[in-house]
Amino acid sequence: MSVDARIRTTVGSFEIDVHLTCAPGETVALLGPNGAGKSSVLRTIAGLHGLDQGRIEIAGNVVDDSAAGIHLPAERRRVGFVFQDYVLFPHMTVRQNIGFGPRSTGLDASGVDHWIDALGIADLADRRPSELSGGQAQRVALARALATDPQLLLMDEPLAALDAATRIEVRGRLRHHLAEFRQGTVIVTHDPLDALVLADRVVVVENGRITQDGPTAQVAAEPRTEYLAALLGVTLFRGSAASGTIACVDGGTLIASDTHAAGDVVALVRPQAISLHRERPEGSARNTWHTTVTGIDAHGDQVRVHLAGPPALVAAVTPAAVAELRLAPGEKVWASLKATDVSVHPA
Amino acid sequence: MRTPAPRLLIALAMVAFAFLALPLIGLLLSAPWGQMTELLSTPAARDALRLSLVTSLMATAITIVLGVPLAWVLARREFRGRALVRGLVLIPLVLPPVVGGVTLLAAFGRRGLVGQYLYDWFGIQLPFSTAGVVMAEAFVALPFLVITVEGALRVMDIRFEDAARTLGASPTRVLLRVTAPLIAPSLVAGAVLAWARALGEFGATITFAGNFPGVTQTLPLAVYSALEVSREEAIALSVVLLGISFAVLVSLRGRLLGGRG
Repeated sequence: MSVDARIRTTVGSFEIDVHLTCAPGETVALLGPNGAGKSSVLRTIAGLHGLDQGRIEIAGNVVDDSAAGIHLPAERRRVGFVFQDYVLFPHMTVRQNIGFGPRSTGLDASGVDHWIDALGIADLADRRPSELSGGQAQRVALARALATDPQLLLMDEPLAALDAATRIEVRGRLRHHLAEFRQGTVIVTHDPLDALVLADRVVVVENGRITQDGPTAQVAAEPRTEYLAALLGVTLFRGSAASGTIACVDGGTLIASDTHAAGDVVALVRPQAISLHRERPEGSARNTWHTTVTGIDAHGDQVRVHLAGPPALVAAVTPAAVAELRLAPGEKVWASLKATDVSVHPA
Repeated sequence: MRTPAPRLLIALAMVAFAFLALPLIGLLLSAPWGQMTELLSTPAARDALRLSLVTSLMATAITIVLGVPLAWVLARREFRGRALVRGLVLIPLVLPPVVGGVTLLAAFGRRGLVGQYLYDWFGIQLPFSTAGVVMAEAFVALPFLVITVEGALRVMDIRFEDAARTLGASPTRVLLRVTAPLIAPSLVAGAVLAWARALGEFGATITFAGNFPGVTQTLPLAVYSALEVSREEAIALSVVLLGISFAVLVSLRGRLLGGRG
């Protein structure tokens, strides 16, 4: 495990009690509303906030153990931390910012150039943080954290400081950069879209407790708390887009009305947007499939119909429609989806 | 769009400004400009200038060496009685300087709390010595540096230090490479204010160190003594002090005059 943290701590009078893990190479999103305690969990793992009770292991080394009285100071934990709004040292150039960690730990400086190149910031190296855009500052902050060769990367709301347009672009690029990092990454965010695009696994934190923990697509499809349900309840597809056609990683294609996205994307589809038909549907829907029902389950006043695809789909219909269409596992059915109902996000 | 102002307010503001400006104008108009070089090159004047410069710079150095750690402790450490400590630190700001001199005598005088041992064991006598001048000046100047630096430490985003720590920097490295550069402008401002206060020190100095030409007679003391003999010399020395004050103001204009930072 990159990190295995059992944390019990208090911030003011607010109690936090979570058990969080992250495997090497895995990206975990800590998703939750503002004030849920996500950032405090991150700060506790980094050693910037004290632990009341519990045990934290980073890459197999115990850095906190309340029972054994172990508390390693932040500077000896080998954790990379990307702060919200980045906190670049204003009196240093970009290169000096990135070199600060290696110089502090006695690491050789070759990592500095590697990350400057990897993050495409070579032409910014001599600038001061005040001369950087939000997206550039984010890349510098990431390079600075990675240059110390950390065993674990922690990112606190890495996209919150960016405006909407930059955010989409940076989010897509961030996923690529994280793919280069072989250790675990934990990202704190209050934006479900950040979690869906960036994370392999989503851990939902509400009121200082974990309320859901599962693979991203599963959490997206089956949100278990009201907070999440209001935001999610979508089917997630990873694929690559070219002029509006998305070739899904798990097979099949989706046609989207957004023709600008190119390369790796995450496509989101609301189950309510998929219509089911006995006969081949006529009309304007750009996506139609003749597919097999693989399962049916009731979901409140809706019924979720799972379809084989490809790609595998979930349609939400009324109980009346299930009867009318005589839907049952193994039955063939036509499904249709309008291109405007496929939302595409660069990843 | 300017807000309309009551006329009485404007009138009083003009009186206030005149009240502050007229004495300065008076000093400059009555200055014996033709004899300046001559008046300032008397042995007494040169001794006072040299002594003032040396003692005020030494006092400033002491306030930096001792004041920065004190400011850091007040800003960053929670401990019982912190409010009391901060209150005590600020006392020299509001204490009449003469009383400050008396308290220094009580502590470091030949029969003082600490002074008796300094004298009995080491033969060190601080009152009425040049070292005493430095002490008196440091005593009144220290609070200026401490409050300026402490304020800067409090306002500074603590996450800069957090970031440095997660990057593996030891506490000393965080202090020297991150905290110190970030508060440097305030440290400079605090040091300049402390120096200006030390340079102008009169009450505590004359009480604790006396008024001996060449040993403890600094510029303000020389002005006071000169007034009894030569008004011209007093004015000439005053012009020098005014010039230094003006230079201090200019160097701190961004911070004190609300101009660009």
